[in-house]
Amino acid sequence: MTLNTVWFVLIAILYIGFFVLEGFDFGVGILMPFLSKDSAPDKTDHKRRILINTIGPHWDGNEVWLLTAGGATFAAFPQWYATLFSGFYLALLLLLLALIARGVALEYRSKDASPRWRALWDWLIFLGSALPALLIGVAFGNLVRGVPIDADMNYVGGFFNLLNPYALLAGAATLTAFTLYGAIFISLKTDGELRQSARAAARRLWLIVVLVLLALLTATYFETDFVARLGVNPGVIPLTGMVAILLSGYFVNKNREGWAFFTTAVSIAFSLVTAFLYMYPRVMISSLNDAWSLTIFNASSSPYTLKVMTIVAIIFVPIVLAYQAWSYWVFRKRLTSDSPLVY
Amino acid sequence: MDALVLARLQFAITTIYHFFFVPLTLGLSVIVALMETLYVRSGNELYLRMTKFWGKLFVINFALGVVTGIVQEFQFGMNWSEYSRFVGDIFGAPLAIEALLAFFLESTFLGIWIFGWDKLSKGVHALTMWLVAIGTNVSALWILIANSFMQEPVGYVLNNGRAEMVNFFDLVLNPNVWVMFPHTLSAGFVTAAFFVMGISAYHLLRKNHIQVFRRSFQIAAIIGTMAAILVALNGHSQAQHMVESQPMKMAAAEALWRTESPASFSLITIGDLSQREEVFSIRLPRLLCLLAYNQLNCEIQGIYDLQAQFEQQYGSGDYIPPVAIVYWSFRIMVGLGFLMIGLALWALFLVMGEIVEQRPRALQIFQWAILLPYIANAFGWILTELGRVPWVVYGLMRIEDGVSNVVPGGNVLISLIVYTLIYGALMAAMVYLITKYAKAGPEDGHYPTADEADAMPSLVGAQD
Repeated sequence: MTLNTVWFVLIAILYIGFFVLEGFDFGVGILMPFLSKDSAPDKTDHKRRILINTIGPHWDGNEVWLLTAGGATFAAFPQWYATLFSGFYLALLLLLLALIARGVALEYRSKDASPRWRALWDWLIFLGSALPALLIGVAFGNLVRGVPIDADMNYVGGFFNLLNPYALLAGAATLTAFTLYGAIFISLKTDGELRQSARAAARRLWLIVVLVLLALLTATYFETDFVARLGVNPGVIPLTGMVAILLSGYFVNKNREGWAFFTTAVSIAFSLVTAFLYMYPRVMISSLNDAWSLTIFNASSSPYTLKVMTIVAIIFVPIVLAYQAWSYWVFRKRLTSDSPLVY
Repeated sequence: MDALVLARLQFAITTIYHFFFVPLTLGLSVIVALMETLYVRSGNELYLRMTKFWGKLFVINFALGVVTGIVQEFQFGMNWSEYSRFVGDIFGAPLAIEALLAFFLESTFLGIWIFGWDKLSKGVHALTMWLVAIGTNVSALWILIANSFMQEPVGYVLNNGRAEMVNFFDLVLNPNVWVMFPHTLSAGFVTAAFFVMGISAYHLLRKNHIQVFRRSFQIAAIIGTMAAILVALNGHSQAQHMVESQPMKMAAAEALWRTESPASFSLITIGDLSQREEVFSIRLPRLLCLLAYNQLNCEIQGIYDLQAQFEQQYGSGDYIPPVAIVYWSFRIMVGLGFLMIGLALWALFLVMGEIVEQRPRALQIFQWAILLPYIANAFGWILTELGRVPWVVYGLMRIEDGVSNVVPGGNVLISLIVYTLIYGALMAAMVYLITKYAKAGPEDGHYPTADEADAMPSLVGAQD
């Protein structure tokens, strides 16, 4: 196994980490205006605070998974980084603005008592969660489907090229899946009314997610050479992903929140693994001519750089995993309506 | 719409905005960690109130450092794709390492610090802020390793039209890093120290929470003095290094159009830019030799000679940076630097004489002095980045060759306008919150109240 493949896998892991960790952060932000509805405005405000406090300790550390994925892409496959980031310019700009808005909004929202202040930042939390949830799916949908790339590794499509039906469907998949994921997370981290409304939301969302995922799977069979590459029976991983989301519905129904969370996470992770499995060894598929696709070989850094980065990764990734896991342990308790709230 | 001009303007604006928030993060993280450690060791609740108060302001500032930083990481690929292709093999690694080592550390542990007061032992909780401080400062190290490669390429070989890494240790031990990093760190401490002194001065003038702010002022004065002196010493080392590694930048910083032997130091030079000549100049003879080489005799090459040399070496072209901006940035930065040393020493003097609170005029000045490091920081970056024009990688790649060729000018204009407006709005929100919480002073009790904003701490209350 060459280092090029190792780094393809590592970058996939970083993006999967991002999906699995920020996914529920986005979901919580999306659900916040809906689950906090209450006849009394200060109860609404209180519920919103509880909701953002569930992700309060974690969202920033989770977001770093995206930054590390981007940085690792730059380090290991600079051509991929250059083509992707310059090509998807306006889409990335939107993503950045949404992430910026969300980041500041979460931190600043409760630091002033003015209802208008809070209402503004709440909107930004919602938009800053919904837009990235959608766009990240659109981005990966385009990566899987292929985009116009010329012989010089330049993206030659426009912005609207990226908003094709397949990519939008992929975006709908991540948007709905993350929302479901967020609902289950909320049901794990809260109690009382919020927990109940989160459970109800999860039940309603589950079927939508399954339908969208099935649509995406079908579209993938038609839009891509998925069958040719992975076979009609795509193998353990995509099948597990599908089974996992079905199981998730069972657990949601039975109010087995922990298992529901775990199976949803597996479904999200394995869906992304499938995308990467399909793409390998290409990192950006050219819809114009497969010979112009960027691969783990023509887009990569030198073997020396890959070696240096591998050593760094072997040392530090386990350390990061350990202390991030610890941080979830520190904040394992449910938030109730009496819990002190920092955000 | 020229994509190159817009991309350059955008990078300058976003970087200066980002570096508005970063130095305070670098220095204040350490100061807060220090205060919390003092609390843990002494049990004195005074230090806890200080930790909470300054920590709150730290967090408000940190949020903007993070979000403006995300844009930076993406911007290399988005607007400078050809640069990314050329240097990615070397430049990408420090950025990835920065994320893996530093960003994860600071973000994860700040989350724990903010939310974990009631969940961790006092010692462990204090440790989390130390980890945040380490994270932010390590982040500075890795980005400066990356930037230093741009200023002084090392550890590489040219292969297939790209720069490829051949020695990681050369990259990390690049001498440019080890003059730039200490200078930047010290600047961070100066920024934080003046921030603390200024806000403390505000409260001491109004006799609010005297104990908290007297002690805060003390700590900041000590740190500020040491840091301000170190900034100057490190800056001096950096300049001496740059005379060798980037002579054109230094010549521009001195507006030294013609080679001089011995070289004089310009106190003030007014140039006629269209002629690229100086119109009026007050110079101190030999002083530049003293500064550059610690000796009274030397020859320092002027801009015109260097230009001729570069044309021989690299082919025809314009190798002269924008001299007026580089020159004045240098003067302003250094001038403010010395002013800050003076102010810090004054603060220290007042502290040692225990007369801080009896000097209202000084306190007024320290309030305004908060701004000085911010101005110096910005001009420092303007100096060092514009001073390397026309290079984006010194001697290897010109700026115009690095820009993204697939991004039309219209798109860059959109992003430029959007970033500028949004950053401006966010900065306004930040200044609003920091001013509000700074003026409110420390809260009573040592538990985050259920709704701090609603129960605004009383401004009256000389009880400590």
